[in-house]
Amino acid sequence: MAESLRPSAAGPSAEGGRAGRALGRALGRVRSGFVLRRAVRFVVSLGVLLVASFAMMHLIPGDPVRASLGPAAPAELVTARRAALGLDEPILSQLLSYVSNVFRGDFGTSFLSGEPVREIIASRLPNTLGLALLATVVALLVAVPLGMWAAIRTENGRNRGTEVTFTSATGAAIAVPEFLYSIALVTVFAIGLRWFPPAGKAGPVSYVLPILSLAISPTAMIARICRVETLRELGMDYVRLARAKRLPAARLYFRHVLPNTLTATLTVGGMLLAALIAGSVLVEYVFAWPGLGLRVVESITQKDYPVAQGVILVYGAIVLVVNLLVDLLLGVLDPTSKLKET
Amino acid sequence: MRHLPRTPAGIAGTLLVALMVILAIAGPLIWGAEAERIDSAAILQGTSAAHPLGTDNLGRDILARVLVAGRLSLALAMIATLIGATAGVILGALPSVLPRRAARLVTGTVNALVAFPGLLLAMFTAVIAGLGARGAVLGIGAAVAPGFARLTQTLAASVAGADYVAVARMLGVSRWRVMTRHVLPNIAEPLILHLTQALGGALLALAGMSFLGLGVQPPSFDWGRLLFDGFARIYATPAVALGPAAAIALAGIGFNLLGDVLARAASRRATPAGAAAGRAVPEAGELGEPDPDAVLEVRDLTVTFPGGVTPVRGLSLTIAPGEIVGLVGESGSGKSLTASAIGGLVPYPGEVSAGRLRLCGADVRELPEAECRRLLGTSLAMVFQDPMAALNPALKVGGQLAEVATVHQGASRADAFARAVDRLEHVRIPEPATRARQHPHELSGGMRQRAVIAMGLMGAPRLIIADEPTTALDVTVQREILRLLREVTDETGAATLFISHDIAVIGELCHRVVVMYAGRVVEELPVEELASGAAHPYTRALVASLPDMETDRSLPLASIPGRQPSPAEVPDGCAFADRCELASAKCAELPPLIPYRAGHRVACWEAK
Ligand code: SF4
Repeated sequence: MAESLRPSAAGPSAEGGRAGRALGRALGRVRSGFVLRRAVRFVVSLGVLLVASFAMMHLIPGDPVRASLGPAAPAELVTARRAALGLDEPILSQLLSYVSNVFRGDFGTSFLSGEPVREIIASRLPNTLGLALLATVVALLVAVPLGMWAAIRTENGRNRGTEVTFTSATGAAIAVPEFLYSIALVTVFAIGLRWFPPAGKAGPVSYVLPILSLAISPTAMIARICRVETLRELGMDYVRLARAKRLPAARLYFRHVLPNTLTATLTVGGMLLAALIAGSVLVEYVFAWPGLGLRVVESITQKDYPVAQGVILVYGAIVLVVNLLVDLLLGVLDPTSKLKET
Repeated sequence: MRHLPRTPAGIAGTLLVALMVILAIAGPLIWGAEAERIDSAAILQGTSAAHPLGTDNLGRDILARVLVAGRLSLALAMIATLIGATAGVILGALPSVLPRRAARLVTGTVNALVAFPGLLLAMFTAVIAGLGARGAVLGIGAAVAPGFARLTQTLAASVAGADYVAVARMLGVSRWRVMTRHVLPNIAEPLILHLTQALGGALLALAGMSFLGLGVQPPSFDWGRLLFDGFARIYATPAVALGPAAAIALAGIGFNLLGDVLARAASRRATPAGAAAGRAVPEAGELGEPDPDAVLEVRDLTVTFPGGVTPVRGLSLTIAPGEIVGLVGESGSGKSLTASAIGGLVPYPGEVSAGRLRLCGADVRELPEAECRRLLGTSLAMVFQDPMAALNPALKVGGQLAEVATVHQGASRADAFARAVDRLEHVRIPEPATRARQHPHELSGGMRQRAVIAMGLMGAPRLIIADEPTTALDVTVQREILRLLREVTDETGAATLFISHDIAVIGELCHRVVVMYAGRVVEELPVEELASGAAHPYTRALVASLPDMETDRSLPLASIPGRQPSPAEVPDGCAFADRCELASAKCAELPPLIPYRAGHRVACWEAK
């Protein structure tokens, strides 16, 4: 009861109080160190990522320039390239100039085409992000209602049939990787039925198949989590109390249950987004989608190391940013989250 | 593990994985030659009788190659998983044996890596190690490791608190030895379980790498590589991609289903199953005329669950306005289910039957749905044990109170909120307007319980059912809540059914006491008689177990030996007979609940 004895924290006026309260809450969290700890973790991870990306070039056995240009390339060319890349300088100064270059947006130039890697990234990143974000939105929009519906139907072991169908169908959907979905979808809808273009990015229709391929597994996974979470919430006392209050079903499920299941659902959704960005590499490859994924595969195959290095660095940074955002979002959404202790 | 293949999913998963293993062992032996046989007359063919899935650019039969490639696919996945598992377990065990700071560092690294997609790591290693199986396997092994490390860490932490680990530590066993001898063996099972799932994941990831042309390189081939080749020809002959795609999909599904089923079997093993033969519950009794004044009148209330489990057996109870009735019993006596049955909240598949179930003069089972909702929603208030669990953590306190008024009484939002604040003030929550705008976790435990009571006061409660409302609170707060409940009954004239296992609290608060044992009422008496006038041996034992009632404190505590029969195994006769000192042959027959004195009824053959 100690809190009730505390002097009133200058009661915020009814209007204008909302923003103030939100700010206060955010500040409270800074004080509690949650945001700070997350920021520190992010910066450290980013540092590790930079060093790893730098090291990648140096860990390649032998001479990357020679490996890239092939044994037939004249020795002068190799030497010139090495000098241009600064590969003969002391390792530490190379690292420093690498990091400062990256922060200035200079990721080097392609061995093969001579294009600056920055331009490759700038032109292709939006295509990759667009695909991943749209797929996440589609997955969430389908999965949450689906999971809730399944939970309500199967509450307390009712409708065994629905439960078995739901778990096996989602289980199978999760188990099949996205590149198989894309191949299947291409074969049926693009090559067979000719409803959608089989490859490339040309207008809204060309998004349909890639998004579907990317979204199927996450949808199944989120729907499962959402069902389990909803089932758990349905067993809680506040639901019993809400039922004792005889609330209409829609109000019970959407106002009371849904907000409590969202935390876990969004956590998984966020984690999936990171996985989805990587999965998009395969889907881009199948659909020849002009994104980063297609380009990184080409660059690895062709030993175009600066491009591979730059793009993998960008992918890693995206994953870190996504994870950070998900964490922060959860911290705001769920004030009691256990997350904050880590 | 014995229970595995009972479900269709279990059977399918086990069969698929078994098939993959057999294929991996036998495939190359049987179809090895066929898969390598070059036939320049039949290159790049589609489906035909001789080659059901077509041929490749050297005229080799694709079906045979798919069947042969299983070995390499599975073997590489296994190597990657083993690398990852070994590295992960070591990484996960390290924090338990390292000094604090180093341990923190390892934990932090693992936490950061867990969220990192495997394919990215695999591409990273592929750049370094060059194209080929080696780079892909290393990368995917590296991607598998953090998951194992995290799992080992959590599991080890949960075991580390166990008594035997504490004992080993006390005996001076070294930390490494504690880890290997005590901790790891106890967490082996979930780790092995995770292995199945990781194996499936590794297989798919490797297939993906090979499909991108970054994994297995010719002349070797795995399913992913075959798919790579087939995909290039998908416009001309889609069938050639079908074989490897199906193989990858089936392997993925197989490992996933098996992992799922294994995990479920493991978690189920913790909970023993228990069901007993069904037995009809007798007792019918005269109904008589309904009591028009009673707030609650229940006759012959029975709650049954499938399998003959009957936690509430023919319970009858009448509560007058303003009366506080205590329902006391051990856990499992059916007292909480009685409350749920009255509130219409018995969970499926429980079934409620009653000779009569009247609330505020109306039979709830005869009212039309909408009216019943309104009646229960406004006239009945429920207070549960854990106020944190009873309040929705995601919604503000005031909003949760207000919705009773908006939904059932058609109040406007503002009016409803004002009423909510008023009710919060009524239960003496300081600064009610501020509190109403807060979330439940910002309130103390006692305040939360007050808020729940206030929620009951939003309507015009005629009956308050309080199910162990003070058990989760500490002693001083308990008293305040009890006082509040009494005040509320005095002021509103509502009746209260107060359910508790604590006979001291009941004795303090209630006017009348109803004692339940094994689903039946065994005694019903005015509170004044509780201390010295109880007639049933069980009630007397309960009272005697209390040091602070009017008992002689020089006597040792009379605890009751034995335990209450579970709802599935209640005997035909007196359920207390096993534990009763007065039991005789007569007690094999069920003693009826009969008047004993004025306002006092008892169900015991020995009470005279
Ligand atoms: S009926 Fe018999 S066994 Fe039951 S309480 Fe009375 S004396 Fe004991």
